[in-house]
Amino acid sequence: MRYLPLTGDDRQAMLAKIGVRHIDDLFRDVPKSDLNPDIDLPRHQSEMAVERHLSRMAAKNVPAGSVPFFVGAGAYKHHVPATVDHMIQRGEFLTAYTPYQPEIAQGTLQYLFEFQTLVAQLTGMDVANASMYDGSTATAEAVMMARRVTRKKRAVLAGSVHAHYQAVVETTTQFTDDEIVTLEPVPANPEAELAAALDAIDDATSCVVVQNPGVNGSVLDLTPIAEAAHAKKALLIVVVTEVMSLGLIKSPGEMGADIVVGEGQSIGNGLNFGGPYLGLFATNQKYVRQMPGRLCGKTVDADGNEGFVLTLSTREQHIRREKATSNICTNSGLCSLAFTVHMSLLGEKGLRQLARVNHKRACELRDALSTIDGVQILNTAFFNEVTVTLPVPAADIVDALVSDNVLAGVPMSRLYPGKGFDNHLILAATETVTKEDISILSIKLAEALS
Amino acid sequence: MSMNSQGRPTVPVAGNDTTEMQPVFESYSGHRGLFLAEPLIFELGTQDTSGVDVEDIEEFELAIGGLEREGDIGCPGLSEPDTVRHFTRLSRRNYGIDMGVFPLGSCTMKHNPRLNEKMARLPGFGDIHPLQPVSTVQGGLELMNELSHWITTLTGMPAVALSPKAGAHGELCGVMAIRAALEARGDAREVVLCPESAHGTNPATAAFCGYKVKSIPAKENGRVDVDALKAGLDDTVAAVMITNPNTCGLFETDIKEIADAIHEAGAFFYCDGANFNAIMGKARPGDLGVDAMHLNLHKTFSTPHGGGGPGSGPVVFSDALKDFAPMPYVVDTGSGYKIVEDGDASSLGRLTAFHGQMGMYVRALSYMLSHGSDGIRQAAEDAVLNANYVLASLSDVMSASFDGPCMHEALFDDRFLKDTGVTTLDFAKAMIDEGYHPMTMYFPLVVHGAMLVEPTETESKYNMDQFIRSMRGLAKDAKAGATDRFEGAPYHAPWKRLDETQAARQPVLRYRLAQAAE
Amino acid sequence: MTKYTEDHEWIDVDGDIATVGITDYAQKALGDVVFVELPETGASFSAGDEVSVVESVKAASEVYAPLTGEITEINEALEGDPSLVNTSPTADGWFFKMKLANVGDLDGLMDEEAYKAHVAGLD
Repeated sequence: MRYLPLTGDDRQAMLAKIGVRHIDDLFRDVPKSDLNPDIDLPRHQSEMAVERHLSRMAAKNVPAGSVPFFVGAGAYKHHVPATVDHMIQRGEFLTAYTPYQPEIAQGTLQYLFEFQTLVAQLTGMDVANASMYDGSTATAEAVMMARRVTRKKRAVLAGSVHAHYQAVVETTTQFTDDEIVTLEPVPANPEAELAAALDAIDDATSCVVVQNPGVNGSVLDLTPIAEAAHAKKALLIVVVTEVMSLGLIKSPGEMGADIVVGEGQSIGNGLNFGGPYLGLFATNQKYVRQMPGRLCGKTVDADGNEGFVLTLSTREQHIRREKATSNICTNSGLCSLAFTVHMSLLGEKGLRQLARVNHKRACELRDALSTIDGVQILNTAFFNEVTVTLPVPAADIVDALVSDNVLAGVPMSRLYPGKGFDNHLILAATETVTKEDISILSIKLAEALS
Repeated sequence: MSMNSQGRPTVPVAGNDTTEMQPVFESYSGHRGLFLAEPLIFELGTQDTSGVDVEDIEEFELAIGGLEREGDIGCPGLSEPDTVRHFTRLSRRNYGIDMGVFPLGSCTMKHNPRLNEKMARLPGFGDIHPLQPVSTVQGGLELMNELSHWITTLTGMPAVALSPKAGAHGELCGVMAIRAALEARGDAREVVLCPESAHGTNPATAAFCGYKVKSIPAKENGRVDVDALKAGLDDTVAAVMITNPNTCGLFETDIKEIADAIHEAGAFFYCDGANFNAIMGKARPGDLGVDAMHLNLHKTFSTPHGGGGPGSGPVVFSDALKDFAPMPYVVDTGSGYKIVEDGDASSLGRLTAFHGQMGMYVRALSYMLSHGSDGIRQAAEDAVLNANYVLASLSDVMSASFDGPCMHEALFDDRFLKDTGVTTLDFAKAMIDEGYHPMTMYFPLVVHGAMLVEPTETESKYNMDQFIRSMRGLAKDAKAGATDRFEGAPYHAPWKRLDETQAARQPVLRYRLAQAAE
Repeated sequence: MTKYTEDHEWIDVDGDIATVGITDYAQKALGDVVFVELPETGASFSAGDEVSVVESVKAASEVYAPLTGEITEINEALEGDPSLVNTSPTADGWFFKMKLANVGDLDGLMDEEAYKAHVAGLD
């Protein structure tokens, strides 16, 4: 019981002070028949025993860093500098609460202010919030915000939006007034995929949601759809699941986005089997009071010293209760710190170079795959991810390559079961992929297909 | 003035003496000894500085459709030494559990074991991708399955949905499941009942799911008024959301009668499990008639609060609701684990892109395994003991809102400050000068000037006694008219009170870079 | 003629045009006002509809249409300086003007004396 400081004597002395004899006298409001049930679980264990138990479980998994690894589709394996993990484990950050007492939380508040600025700069928007759960929930929040801004309720989700993001928007809004129009991906023709979304915008449309790079990896100019949306008084929401791309590709803000949401995991955060991740949310100044989530703002203290506070909190649930902009209660504080530390290390120069390396690796992957018989590459413009068609079901090939210790990518059928994409495979290549990894993949893939 | 063995005063200097604490001169650097001034990264960094060595690559032909980003992005870099220094300096402006007692009611700020951190960083957990072939993540799915087993056993509920990303997200999941279940039986209902003392998320969640929210009054003893509740229950009520132990730190004595009444009306009982820490191992929500309840892994099961997340909010379900649980979920086939990601027609759908907060699952299970069934019960008992010790030790100088015993937190109101000119806020800020994080204030709303104190089980008696001494001293000062230390407190924090009005009237939400390309 | 509602709004009537704001009691209860969300000119409301939201640092309150009518003008000065609600609640800090559908509805509201008694009963 290494986490419990009270001794037996302490407990007796404290019970005496309280004026009861037995600890269960303090639980007298609990129905007697239900107090102290048998709990059929193991008893306490030493640190060593717990470590052994969990390490055995962990050893049954294949970590991304241990094999040639091409799995992406919304979460990406990037190198996280040692400094990042060190900083986020400082107890003053790790064990702090939400900074509601600003006099003793300026550390958290200052990095949130830095984080908000970084996200705004990266996305090309005016303002960003202090983060949300992940990219998918941020997308759902953006759709609902567009309803509040436009007072219209029909949201168009382009086929380029990740299937799971589409699903989260549908689930989240199933009992609200929103009407969701979900389009299917067209991996072989990203222009047609975007055109379908553009055609779906009508006068009742609150927003059109597109992802760039799309779920299949393609990069497109969004200016035309921004113009089409604005012509119908609808908002353009741009989803970015690979935030590293913003170091190379024109920002959504520059292409006319009204709201940018994204998954910030790629910067500073590990894969973690899907979470915790980092939802990004940025918009233009004029919509700031319609924004969900926490915001940090600059002010002064009683002595005139500059400092930061959480602000505009009247939009939030603890004050507005049933009239809040969202029921959201937390952000991804520590993940946003990891993002901020990694961005400080990278800087403009490092980020741009890292983004180029990612793109170059993907070009090399494209070149290697294009030499394999039966493999067809569907993308012409992409960042670090491409989709290919194979002559056989991709899931079978991915499973076959597991025995060669290669994790070859995400079969599109896993994201879109029964939609006719069985032979499609999505592969990502980040800076962590070596030329040797690409050549092993090519050889094993060619063998599996022959 | 009394001195300790090192000759330092044991009683802090009063507020009006603090001028003596100020430096008699300003430093040239802006630093003050160990308190180091630190600008923003945008003021420190340059466009050409980087703290990472990214590999050099040869020029190549881009394939990005001519969409290359031009102009400055506007994110200056720092070298690695300066990055470490920047964030170290920032960290020292924060108060954390690692530094001292953090009695923030309803937030359960308990010790965050470092073993949890180490386990979450094992490559087999931290470096696996949610879309890897399931054959390569069997250990990850096993961990989720084992955590589920612990949670369902501790709560006495048949099923759990792990994926909600935080408590509020869990609530959303729970109320959605309730609505899905009602719709599945063709029963459209319109109303959710919440007590006045509820967390703000409860009404926000109910409204989000399309329900009208009606308030249930509390009785004098701080519990739900069962008669009023019964009077409000009819066939328009979809659910009743009750926090138990409630936000006044009290166990709802009539909980089973309440549950029976809810079920008789054909409604569901949503329990906000934010305060499960008080009863874990002592009582099971499944025995009390609960249909759905979220747990906050970052409260009860020691995963770090991290300055505001990430949280994790698994939801347990009764038999009546379990078929409506969200996807994905793990299934033990007997010969391995699989994950169901789609195709379950009764499921309420998907709430997050992937499987939820795996990093938090590892930490929570590491905590559960460490404590075991015996330690978990002991932890709940010690949490309740510490809170009652605070209540018993302060009731004569502060005003306890309700008679004890309390559960894991003790609620006081501001009656003891009447006519002193000292407010709850002043009192809380004076606690900062005492070296403590303030308690939760002005919540719950059912008492005036609320002060909610939750010490948790990870505080020693020594820490409790020191804390109590400070609180008694402050209460006596306030009542004796020695109010200098309260007006404008804190005096010993690195910042004085911050101007929230200015922040909200002219919001400055980002740094403006002079060179930013517009 | 100035009328009052139980929700601490004042209504100053000139012909069929009513100017609406919140009372001194309301601004004191709210504390420093930081933002006022105003309706759009031309919008129509029924008595009791939520027309506007006034926010202070720690609270947000709805302002309801005291009577049925159409918004003819809003106080754009509040956008730049919401503190007018605190410094001049019954003059420069007005919220909006509305054209009343039925001037006779005014009879249902409190006069100054009744409102004073209402406020006195709250403390």
